[in-house]
Amino acid sequence: MQFVKDRFNYLFGSTKGLILVAIAMVGIVTAIWGMLSGPMAEMGVREAVIKTLGMDIVQAEREGRIVILYHSIAMAIIAIETYMITSLLKMKAFFKTAINVIITAGYILTLTFGLVFAYFGHNWIFHGVYLFGLSLIFFAGLLLIVALWPWNPETYITDKDYARTKKGVDMERVAFFATAVTTVISALFGAVPGSYYGHGFETTIVLNLGVWGVVTPLEPVAHMIIYVGATPSMFAALLLLIWNWSKLIREGTAHLQKSNFIQKLGALVRDPLKFGPTWQMLFMNFTTSGIGIFMAIKLDEIFRVWPAREERIELTGHWHALSAIIATIILLYYGDMIGLKGKVRRLYGWAILILSDIALAAVTIFEMKRLFIAEAVQQPLVNGLMLGIDFGLGLLLVLLATVMVWRLIDLFKPKGRWAEEVTHELAQEVMK
Amino acid sequence: MKQTSVLSGAERSRRTSQRRPLQSLRDCFVAALLAMTLLASCAPVEVSAPAPTIRVNADTSKWASIPAGEFHHGQFNEMATINYDYEMMVYLEMATINYDYEMMVYLVTNQQYAAFINAALAEGGIKIDGDKIAGFYSGDEFHGVKHEERIEAGDWIYIPLNDPSLRLNSDGRTFTVQSSWEWHPMTMVSWFGAQAYCEYYGWRLPTEMEWEKAARGTDERPFPWGDEILRENANFYASRDPFEDMSSFGSRTSPVGFYNGNVYDGFQTVNSASPYGLYDMAGNVWQWTGDVYEGMHYRFMRGGSKDTYDMDLRLWVRNNATPTYFSPGVGFRCAR
Repeated sequence: MQFVKDRFNYLFGSTKGLILVAIAMVGIVTAIWGMLSGPMAEMGVREAVIKTLGMDIVQAEREGRIVILYHSIAMAIIAIETYMITSLLKMKAFFKTAINVIITAGYILTLTFGLVFAYFGHNWIFHGVYLFGLSLIFFAGLLLIVALWPWNPETYITDKDYARTKKGVDMERVAFFATAVTTVISALFGAVPGSYYGHGFETTIVLNLGVWGVVTPLEPVAHMIIYVGATPSMFAALLLLIWNWSKLIREGTAHLQKSNFIQKLGALVRDPLKFGPTWQMLFMNFTTSGIGIFMAIKLDEIFRVWPAREERIELTGHWHALSAIIATIILLYYGDMIGLKGKVRRLYGWAILILSDIALAAVTIFEMKRLFIAEAVQQPLVNGLMLGIDFGLGLLLVLLATVMVWRLIDLFKPKGRWAEEVTHELAQEVMK
Repeated sequence: MKQTSVLSGAERSRRTSQRRPLQSLRDCFVAALLAMTLLASCAPVEVSAPAPTIRVNADTSKWASIPAGEFHHGQFNEMATINYDYEMMVYLEMATINYDYEMMVYLVTNQQYAAFINAALAEGGIKIDGDKIAGFYSGDEFHGVKHEERIEAGDWIYIPLNDPSLRLNSDGRTFTVQSSWEWHPMTMVSWFGAQAYCEYYGWRLPTEMEWEKAARGTDERPFPWGDEILRENANFYASRDPFEDMSSFGSRTSPVGFYNGNVYDGFQTVNSASPYGLYDMAGNVWQWTGDVYEGMHYRFMRGGSKDTYDMDLRLWVRNNATPTYFSPGVGFRCAR
């Protein structure tokens, strides 16, 4: 019994354990549900999965199923990000515990009951539990906003090396606070029309109109607002990249009196888990940000001329690439967090970077192919790109599965890695 | 955060040189893989390769009658009735159906369209204008809605003449169909070209609602033939029909009415007619519909195509494009 209790405490009571559980859940869902579409469907794998698992697939409900699937995965990712925030930022112990417990219960209920409802027959009690799970996550978001309130003197900082106001308000905390507030508001925007269209609650029309009432007057300048917000964000990301790469080069060449370009490059890429996250941010410009800006500039010449289906393919690729690249950054952080060392560290880091970037580059070319190739002659290119996507994502999932099996085996060891991670907090590691 | 051990420069260089043979092998493997992928991706595609000669014996002059009455439309099976005011060009909401109508049992074929071009050219109703065939369209009312583009009265493209995907040949005066493509649906035709064909014979393009009822009948089925889709039901992406070659030109059109329950070249089809007897109402080619919506220049297509996954063959799925758009995966049929 103590055996189970210790492991349970690690998995659901420690930050690293909670992150491990969420990554495992997302990994399992991605591996299974990834087989239901695209090339897997072409090869007949989808039918085999549906039959083997006894899924109940109704044609008219495809969009609803996907909404629930994506919400399920997204909630687990939101939970991981929340665990990182509660572990890194100073807050009262009550808030930390309450937020982690509520969001964990929320995403597990959402994911489990949502997917069972959507893919295995419609038990409406399960749908209710799915909505309850989403509500818990929303409530955890509200608590997080309270816990992160930046104008609490107890959280002021005096160290001039950190961004702060004259009074000492921690600007990093303000950024997390702003992210939490906007995320919760965004969730409201989704929840209101969702509850209306999902259930036809007439009373929500009023709320719905209220939401649109806020949005509509801003609609003519919406793009400008997005640009105004996105430009400094991208500039900040660039500053982070410059700072990070300079640091890696400086530290990696510290033993040399004078270093040349090759030595600096070697120092930069020596540790894929340190170099990877910011590299992915740079790579994101080729797969997402750059493409997005290009399409926004060429909206009238390209997007509005393409048939709706081409537009859908572009958008689907765009948002999948964005989500996937964020997922890889989380995996890189996770590898660093659990202290992978030596060859395993290099193999894990480079595999994530190379495999995901091959897949994401192929997705990007696929979604933009109409700019440079005609429909009638595109098939060989599509085949090559699909090979790249499947090769990259498939092996990435194999790598993730290997790590998860390794961590599972570790849980059976009395003094395994898990035992060291029980009390580790991310904030302690940042201080090192 | 714990750091990995920092090696001295000499030690790192020693280890690096030790790994070189393995690294070279790995690099060669990766380079070979990339080269193979690139070569496969750049393989030439013979767009004009003939299709397998399969004669379906479809009577392309046949029409199906669709009676007035209520039917389910859309993904959520709303009960709707058709009452289309042709003067106002709008739907009257939830009115009683007040007319029967007919739709072509089969998609308009290359052969039929070539005959139309030859006749209309001879009469002077349409013209060869450089690298396209164009004809007059009376224009749409412009409402100045955001992103709406003007469709003025004037000559608009029907089909391009310089695109190898067009299955028609021409000696400058007469158009003929390339061998083996006679009974395949006419593609590479714009909305103007589709609308002009129907109008020439005194017909029209079906409205979206007419199209949907003709495909669905009066029950809630998602496909014209029923609830589920098999590869033998319709021509869609990677459906392994005799006309596709996924290593080269990919999915191509099938002759109209191909999915009729017969066996062709060892390929067993399932009879996939709609409740009113129309063929190819899902897959093969997207079908232009006739609605001109207020404040919008886009035109809508239904049915999915050879280039789409099965989900786009569900009969409520819509696609849209500018009326000048043409593609190897877009065709049409007429209503009256």
